[in-house]
Amino acid sequence: MAIGKEILKMRHITKNFLGVRALNNVDFTLRAGEIHALMGENGAGKSTLIKVLTGAEEFESGEIWMDGIPHPIINRSPQEAQHNGISTVYQEINLCPNISVAENLFIGREPKKHGMIDWKTMNKKAKEALAVLDVDIDVTINLENYSVAIQQMVAIARAVDISSKVLILDEPTSSLNDFEVSKLFAVMRKLKERGLGIIFVTHFLEQVYEICDRITVLRNGELVGEYEVDKLPRVQLVARMMGKDFDDLAEIKREHKGSTGKEEVVVEAKGLGCSGKIKPFDITVNKGDVVGLSGLLGSGRSELARALYGADRPDKGVLKFKGKRFTSRAPIDSIRAGMGFLPENRKEEGIIADLSVRENIIIALQARQGMFKLLSRKEQEEFADRFIDLLKIKTADRETPVKQLSGGNQQKVILARWLLTNPDFLILDEPTRGIDVGTKTEIQRLVIKLAEEGKAIIFISSEIEEMLRTCNRMAILRDSSKVGELSGDEITQVNIMKAIAGGTTV
Amino acid sequence: MSKVNTAAPQSNGSGVFKRVAQKLLERNFLLFVTIVLFIIAYVAGLFAFKDKNFGNLQVFLNLLISNAGLIIIAVGMTMVLIIAGIDISVGSVVAVTCMMLAAMMEKAKMEPLPAVLIVLLFGVVFGAVQGWLISYLKLQPFIVTLAGMFFARGLTAVISLEMITVTNEAYVKLAQYKMYLPFGGYLNRKGEMIYPYIYPTVILALAIVVLGYIMLRYTKFGRTIYAVGGNEYSAMLMGLNVKRTKLLVYIINGFLATLGGVAYSLNTLGAFVELARGFEMDAIASTVIGGTPLTGGVGNVIGTLFGVLIKALIETFVSFQGNLSSWWSKIIISALLALFIVLQSLLAMRKEKQR
Repeated sequence: MAIGKEILKMRHITKNFLGVRALNNVDFTLRAGEIHALMGENGAGKSTLIKVLTGAEEFESGEIWMDGIPHPIINRSPQEAQHNGISTVYQEINLCPNISVAENLFIGREPKKHGMIDWKTMNKKAKEALAVLDVDIDVTINLENYSVAIQQMVAIARAVDISSKVLILDEPTSSLNDFEVSKLFAVMRKLKERGLGIIFVTHFLEQVYEICDRITVLRNGELVGEYEVDKLPRVQLVARMMGKDFDDLAEIKREHKGSTGKEEVVVEAKGLGCSGKIKPFDITVNKGDVVGLSGLLGSGRSELARALYGADRPDKGVLKFKGKRFTSRAPIDSIRAGMGFLPENRKEEGIIADLSVRENIIIALQARQGMFKLLSRKEQEEFADRFIDLLKIKTADRETPVKQLSGGNQQKVILARWLLTNPDFLILDEPTRGIDVGTKTEIQRLVIKLAEEGKAIIFISSEIEEMLRTCNRMAILRDSSKVGELSGDEITQVNIMKAIAGGTTV
Repeated sequence: MSKVNTAAPQSNGSGVFKRVAQKLLERNFLLFVTIVLFIIAYVAGLFAFKDKNFGNLQVFLNLLISNAGLIIIAVGMTMVLIIAGIDISVGSVVAVTCMMLAAMMEKAKMEPLPAVLIVLLFGVVFGAVQGWLISYLKLQPFIVTLAGMFFARGLTAVISLEMITVTNEAYVKLAQYKMYLPFGGYLNRKGEMIYPYIYPTVILALAIVVLGYIMLRYTKFGRTIYAVGGNEYSAMLMGLNVKRTKLLVYIINGFLATLGGVAYSLNTLGAFVELARGFEMDAIASTVIGGTPLTGGVGNVIGTLFGVLIKALIETFVSFQGNLSSWWSKIIISALLALFIVLQSLLAMRKEKQR
């Protein structure tokens, strides 16, 4: 359908965040019946712009106009934004785990009978709202019982159900598999037909070109421009996001050759397993290897890594590390032995939000050395500065609390933490999730470089292309067990897909 | 009580019981444990004190009679704990409530009704001030209510350092008004039929439990309380008014603290400075034993009622036994509290594992 009138206009939006200009004079326009991608690198101001729009953050100057309201509006709270016809799915799932799925969908607007909440109707309506997304689950039990992907679908169903004029989807697809993404897209198209304006924030370029009509690009808190999708080729988009000419995507395609098989074995697991998490598996990682773990979400990729690291204690099998039998009672044992682990969920398991960048970087090394051999302040500062420089961590200062950094930069801080301990074996679980293209490329290069320097690496990513670029071997997981392994020329998209789908035995 | 939360199934009696138990076990394990524990303790009491008439219905009713005030206050505490808050001022509020009532009726010769209304108003204002400090100024609830605790205790002493006994005729009459049940009677030694009785405060306490249950389960406000306790930031982003919800919870809690104080005053018919010391800890302990952890987002007033009853039952055991110091009940309660905290964290760990 034709794209309609302008339903949302943001003009000259400016916001400072602890003395840093987060948004500078940004304009954004959304029309009825369009899907509008908001693009930019990490820290470009996408999330801030959305938080300003939804009332989760205040802004200093500028105006927001909504169609049908004759004066500029300021949403002082998400409640007001909802009232003005704006609903949002945030990047991190913002639902309450301790109440039922149905309540998460309807809280604040529960169906009532005689002034009391009508649970029956609510549960029925919840079923229906989820059926639109092809999700069929028991809506009467608490949300916390479901996987991240289901929780994300619930968040989407809620926003879709509330939405009257504007629907904001901030990175909704990062934890969804292809099937779920296609369902989401179908719903988005339906809503678009109904005349809704949808703001879609994502890092997946393919998705932008699949579903969006228009793109607004931000960089460093400033507007770069607004473009129609068909008139902006991918390379151009990336170039605009990064603010430089960019043909590196092709360049990184060079494959990591990896070990020749003659190198020393660093990690060797035989029949290692952890009840309820990962079935017994064998795996070896040599010096110079980047071994990818591939599989659908929930197939046991992270669990395999956690069992190797000792984050979950294996109850079966044998693990040999650097030739010796190794049992880790706690992560500290693994750190001391020379392992490093970059967890998937950086918000909960990785960064310590209130500590400074410096403290976050040195913490693993300090732990490895033991509590009583304190690193001197000078050493700490040297290390911190070296890695801020090396990984190009964007921070005001080494003493800035980590929580003030953008997601991608937080990820780099954790990476720095492990690199500082100089581990022989490094596990990277989704190191590039929620990170912009530029930083992704940097991290991929870094991984290859580390392997070439003789480290053994396990690399987990949901993006197959990224795995193709960085891994020289790949283990395939399905239903909590390792079902196969690919190496060298066998690693192709088709083979991986086949192995994951279980069509052929590899 | 526990049948309230199920749709009335048409099946036979034991079937209903099974379904209720099944549902409880699945959905609310902690509440299940609390109720089972109460039943076990009660049955054990029946055997242990067979010769002392433990099975007499009056013994059970006395559990309610002597703890009516605590039940009311624990209902308020449940809501506070669900939003991951805490209120340690309620014991002192009970003291000041009793003192104000006694002073107004005895010294100022006021009638009971206006005196009661004044203390209830005091509770609302007191709760509103604490709630405003906690929700709008984002102060720590522990510190705010610690200040509230000192303030209320101080106020009690300022009103009177002497003990005051209430002699107001209407008030005393209300306090001693026995409501006989039409059943459960037994013949005493003289051959007279004695029916068990309760006081009006028991009706009040049970009504508060029912109202609390309905509010938490069937109103938007009640469900918002759970959402806020589960994740405040998410609740805010879902468009819920977090600050107002927290303020209202503390206002209700302040009101219930003074209402519980009124019930307490009807039991004691007097006031002195040291009255109800440590009462807030009884309320918190009973609530936790009733399946409401301090971490917020979870809880149930039915459990709280059983929590209070378990505490009361232990006290009754100790007094029936006769030779033990009454402090033994504190030791047993502390053991129970430890048990429940361990259970709660085991449950949390199991959930973590399942994911």
